[in-house]
Amino acid sequence: MSAVAAGCPNRLAPASAPAPIQDPSAFVVERSGVKSLDILVRGASCAGCLGKIEGAVSRLSGVDNVRLNLSTGSLHVEWKGALAPRAILESVSSLGYGASAFDQGQPEEGRARTERSLLIAMVVAGFAAGNVMLLSEAIWWAKDISAETRALIQWLSALVSIPATAFAGRPFFISAIASVAQRKLNMDVPISLAVISALGLSLYETAVGGTHTFYDAPVMLLFFLLIGRFLDARLRRQVYSAANALAALQTATATRIGLSGIAEAVRASDVKAGDMLVISAGERLAIDAEVISGDSAADLRLVTGEVEPAATFAGQILHAGSVNLSAPLRVRAVSPASQSLMADIGRLLEAGEQRKSTYRKIADKAAELYVPYVHATAVLGFMGWMMFGAAPAQAAYIAVTVLIITCPCALALAAPLVQVVAAGRLFREGAFLASGDALERIATVDYVIFDKTGTLTLGDPVLRPEPDRHGRLELAATLARASRHPFSRAIVRAAGPGQLAKEVVEHPGQGVSGRISGRPARLGSASFVGVADRPSSALWFAIDGEAPEAFYFDDVVRPDAAETVGRLRAMGIDVAILSGDGDERVARAAAAAGVETWTARATPQSKAVYLEALEKAGRRAMMVGDGLNDAGALARAHASLATGGAVDVSRLASDCVFSGESLSTVATIIEVARAARRRMRENFAFAAIYNIVAIPIALAGLSTPLVAAIGMSASSAVVTLNAFRLAMRGRPNRRAGA
Amino acid sequence: MNVLILMIPAVLALGAAGLAAFVWALKSGQFEDPKGDAVRILGDTDRPG
Repeated sequence: MSAVAAGCPNRLAPASAPAPIQDPSAFVVERSGVKSLDILVRGASCAGCLGKIEGAVSRLSGVDNVRLNLSTGSLHVEWKGALAPRAILESVSSLGYGASAFDQGQPEEGRARTERSLLIAMVVAGFAAGNVMLLSEAIWWAKDISAETRALIQWLSALVSIPATAFAGRPFFISAIASVAQRKLNMDVPISLAVISALGLSLYETAVGGTHTFYDAPVMLLFFLLIGRFLDARLRRQVYSAANALAALQTATATRIGLSGIAEAVRASDVKAGDMLVISAGERLAIDAEVISGDSAADLRLVTGEVEPAATFAGQILHAGSVNLSAPLRVRAVSPASQSLMADIGRLLEAGEQRKSTYRKIADKAAELYVPYVHATAVLGFMGWMMFGAAPAQAAYIAVTVLIITCPCALALAAPLVQVVAAGRLFREGAFLASGDALERIATVDYVIFDKTGTLTLGDPVLRPEPDRHGRLELAATLARASRHPFSRAIVRAAGPGQLAKEVVEHPGQGVSGRISGRPARLGSASFVGVADRPSSALWFAIDGEAPEAFYFDDVVRPDAAETVGRLRAMGIDVAILSGDGDERVARAAAAAGVETWTARATPQSKAVYLEALEKAGRRAMMVGDGLNDAGALARAHASLATGGAVDVSRLASDCVFSGESLSTVATIIEVARAARRRMRENFAFAAIYNIVAIPIALAGLSTPLVAAIGMSASSAVVTLNAFRLAMRGRPNRRAGA
Repeated sequence: MNVLILMIPAVLALGAAGLAAFVWALKSGQFEDPKGDAVRILGDTDRPG
């Protein structure tokens, strides 16, 4: 039997390389004897993948139900009996697809429900709008319609429009009531008022045998608005699940040693202070912990920004985001609050959040301007017509038509639709926006500050190329393959696939020893190999009887870093680097990226202080970072971006998370945000002009239902189309192969 | 014009039937995985579940 080719049988997507599998036991849900697990599958794209994955998993013993959702990439498995959940992941992974368990959780379901109820409200409003509009046409265009027929049509319109408005308008009514209860005005207040007064006026007109009814207006208004709300909810859910998928790639489980000494996999969120954990080599800590025993080295890049791994010692506190490199560690979980670093970062985060919540959204500002102005006009119109001797019913009719025709619709759609379209475009670029007002803040940025390690640079050290190595690189790689140390891995990457030396032993925090063609060989720190101490950012390699040779490593900047910095400068934005790493490495990265302003050895506090100083100087700075040490700065900055590999705290503190290798996304995000701000301003300007024209018409008593219908739908359509210009005018994709 | 008394409710009823059909399709999960359903129909084995 020949082995099945890895990955998609139709070669539509590249196969995933085998990766270490996390024990997914913590994510298994058990309900009346049936266990279920949701797995995120990457690389599945066609019918062949579907059959291959579902077939393989359903052959595992005890599996009842397997369903792969190709649209979302989630695989749902249900089984009975003793099947180890790990086996399911292994089976998917062995087929050449990326597999990681994820937590479906409650928020996801809540979002799906909101989205669905908005969709149903939207189709109900659309159904009512279409039918009532056609019924209204009969009244508008018929030359000699009898009063009885007109009354019939009006009553039928009421029969459709009133229940539809009551149903589809709920999201707006609820929000308006909540807003008024807090003594604030949001856009839902004028919307609810216009809808209810339009229906009230129409019912009155129908009852007294009048000709002007507005049954079409409320449902049409709701229909347009619900399209915007639905698109917004759908995008939010997509962004949320994509961001969740990113998070699923990070450690979310831990191995806990129970009282009986048995190791079990638990969710990171279930770990309590005092729990004993085992951190295997290569595992990333999901919680803060104190080292109890085990000699190893830890990669602290995400915590401090330093590229150089540090040797671990008993009693040391390792923070979440640290990666254990060489040997298993026994640790005891500590509560985050008790830690000075975490407590400091927590305070920084809190301060930043408070400052951000004072930001007022453009749409809210518009509502605050619009509501008093239009409603005062309506009241003045009523009083004016009364003074000129109009009947109260006629004056009330004019006041209500002012409310209807000024149509909060265009104004209410102006900002959210632009945000939806912009967020959708960023979503396709691999950037996940946390909130709509984040876009507004990003648009005003005039200073961008990059963290170095893992943000401006690739994070993984790269072997500095040197011309002649006499085949030493290949020999060193035979030892390096046994180690997870970042420098060893850099050597392996440079050397490519090959053999492993004999009798390989890893000496934690020092190096690797072994035998190459019978001769003892060593790869590691200067002292381990036995040469005089030199700057430590080198790895020494020695074979018995020959002179030791050094390998040097660089933290290379991303290939598009210089280009991105250039693009930002061209947009009138200043660029700086703020890093926790040492001077020499920061200087080299700054030179490679073409950045003149840089600060090295920054602590979490000094990063936040730096941003505060910039703000005092009147600059609107955007922080781009990934590490724990960036979290305070991310929260403090005017706007912030986190990379997909960032630690949880940093991701939560950010306005936007971008995935992928490309740094140029940062420039694209600012470009899209600026374009979005232009579209929003155009939309508000248009809505204002429309109202300036429409209000005199309504005040003069000239706004018939036909005029109102044309005005409302035309203004909404203009605003909508203008928003969608953002999606159409896409830049050519700059992510050329590299 | 008396025919309107029949025609208008008939039209509304047809529209409402379409609306109900859509809401039913939505609630029974037929829009959960459009991409998967499009390729699932090509498979020759029909697994239960």
